[in-house]
Amino acid sequence: MTDQQQLDLRKDAVEAGTTTGLASPSVDVTQERQNSLWSDAWGDLRRNPFFWIGAVLGLVFLLMALVPQVFARGADPRACDLGNSRGLPSADHWFGFDTQGCDYLANVVYGARNSLIIGVIAVLVILLLGVVVGAVAGYYGGLTDGILARLADIFYALPLILGALVLLRVGPSTGIPVINSRGPGAVAIALALFGWMTAMRLVRSQVIAVKSSDYVAAARAMGASSRRILVRHILPNAVAPVLVYATITIGVIIAAEATLTYLGVGLQRPAISWGLQIEAGQDSIRTAPHLVLFPSLILTMTVMAFVMMGDALRDALDPRQRA
Amino acid sequence: MTNLDLTKPTAELAAQGTPLLEVDDLRVEFRTRSGVVKAVNGVSYSLGAGETLAILGESGSGKSVSAQAIMGILETPPAVISGGGIWFQGRNVLEMSAEDQRRIRGPGISMIFQDALSSLNPVYSVGFQIGEMFRAHRGMSRKAARAKAVELMDRVRIPAAARRVDDYPHQFSGGMRQRVMIAMAIALDPRILIADEPTTALDVTVQAQVMDLLKDLQQETGMGLILITHDLGVVNEVADDVAVMYAGEIVERGTVDDVFSRPSHPYTDGLMSSVPQVEAKGGRLRPIVGQPPNLADIPSGCPFHPRCSHRRLGAEAAPGRECSTDVPPLRLVVPGREAACHYSEEVLGVRAP
Repeated sequence: MTDQQQLDLRKDAVEAGTTTGLASPSVDVTQERQNSLWSDAWGDLRRNPFFWIGAVLGLVFLLMALVPQVFARGADPRACDLGNSRGLPSADHWFGFDTQGCDYLANVVYGARNSLIIGVIAVLVILLLGVVVGAVAGYYGGLTDGILARLADIFYALPLILGALVLLRVGPSTGIPVINSRGPGAVAIALALFGWMTAMRLVRSQVIAVKSSDYVAAARAMGASSRRILVRHILPNAVAPVLVYATITIGVIIAAEATLTYLGVGLQRPAISWGLQIEAGQDSIRTAPHLVLFPSLILTMTVMAFVMMGDALRDALDPRQRA
Repeated sequence: MTNLDLTKPTAELAAQGTPLLEVDDLRVEFRTRSGVVKAVNGVSYSLGAGETLAILGESGSGKSVSAQAIMGILETPPAVISGGGIWFQGRNVLEMSAEDQRRIRGPGISMIFQDALSSLNPVYSVGFQIGEMFRAHRGMSRKAARAKAVELMDRVRIPAAARRVDDYPHQFSGGMRQRVMIAMAIALDPRILIADEPTTALDVTVQAQVMDLLKDLQQETGMGLILITHDLGVVNEVADDVAVMYAGEIVERGTVDDVFSRPSHPYTDGLMSSVPQVEAKGGRLRPIVGQPPNLADIPSGCPFHPRCSHRRLGAEAAPGRECSTDVPPLRLVVPGREAACHYSEEVLGVRAP
């Protein structure tokens, strides 16, 4: 029991006349605020080393995407000298040179921006689709739920990579803006379109669980409208698992983007992308292994950063795992 | 008339004479795969401004379901209101549009629940939740709503309201949480407050305070109060009238003093006999034998007859008053008292002073 509850009990007892108020201890009313779910979670996260590893890595990649010049040590990824082709790493050029003789560190660093843009956009679209469709299906139930849940099942039957591959392949021949460009937007939308179902199911099941809680009945008894109940009372209590899922999914999407690009349907040259670098480097893996090693390493660390943050967040939001 | 005037204080309406709420032959069923559960079977009552009606009954007697039907918060399906009417200020709530029904909830009829902790949203501060009543129904700004919340918390006697307005429900003790709940329920000066076992989750000293608070608030605002409970002590302290429910029906109705001192239905009689008496130290309590009926399979005739010590079956029954076949109607036994028993006079006689 918290101190405040003790105080309340005391007050209850005093009012009921079972205890005298005079003997009650003088309590400092300006005591620090107590914890809510999120501040508890934050307290837990702070003590989790995996969260910090993930967060620091994630921050580094974020900065890399925002200000690549700083990390590239002033080198321009497009300033190439064929004389340096496949040059090995050195003190001046930490990651060596690629086949065209461009500074490889600069190239790898500049690749972070596209990966993060695609990861974030795709996850935002996934969240939007997942939360809206899941909340509507879970809250209204019945036929609405049946149709939306089956729709999600149909999308589930299509593998993420295969679905995105086909969409990007036929994209340029359609007149739909963004999709026909093969730019980061098209890749993000293709991945989101075939990856929103898990978020939808999470939201749907959470909404169904929260819907029958007493405070939702209470809100209805006080005259709250359906929309208000769904948006104000159900969703805030249903989003925690979805946030965890979204964090992990940023990592998964970044890996999927690299896969699509590697397969040749994602970003196209002259865009700078880790997938393109791995694809270009694989031919010379025996003579210049660093061309595959560095982008792969950075890609793996990026994915790991988001997965670690998501895992830590999940542990922090689950009170049963709290000591 | 599409809009009810809910702006006038309740006290002004008291003089007009029409009851605030009339429930007539209300029937609620739960249609489940394993059969139809008849939770409420023809309940009627009315409530005027400033009156307190206690609905007394054991678990599964339909008392909460009838209240939820009035509030319009039954889960449908499986619940279905299969008959009867609910008139709020002369208008049948069941025939209103969903939106009109919603408008009544809050300023017209409001409700407090048994478990205040689970009835408060854990992610919002109590001030925000109390203030939501004003924002949603009156379109107030956040700041004004918060100020109103502090005012209300003061009114329900939450100490240091201004400081605690931003605290979360789990930071309050049980009694304080129930006060928060009450503050929300009375925020818009409802005509009627339904309290569904408001003190069951609280310990005895806190129970008394919460009931006192409800009584005081009722005196201030003149609202009608429906108190749903299985606690005989609470009924005795607070209510004017009491309706005793059994198997989804009202089996006895009258003023609290009358019903408690001279029950005219064998079930009420059984309830009174099962209350421990300080004077009868060492004696045995007289329990009501048997189990409450399964609402999917209510006994024929009088639903209480399998457990009744006054029942008359077969040849010993008066014509038309055979307990296992003839359903006893709720009828006037003595002035001001109704009971649904063929042999109420007999039951009354047993207990006569």
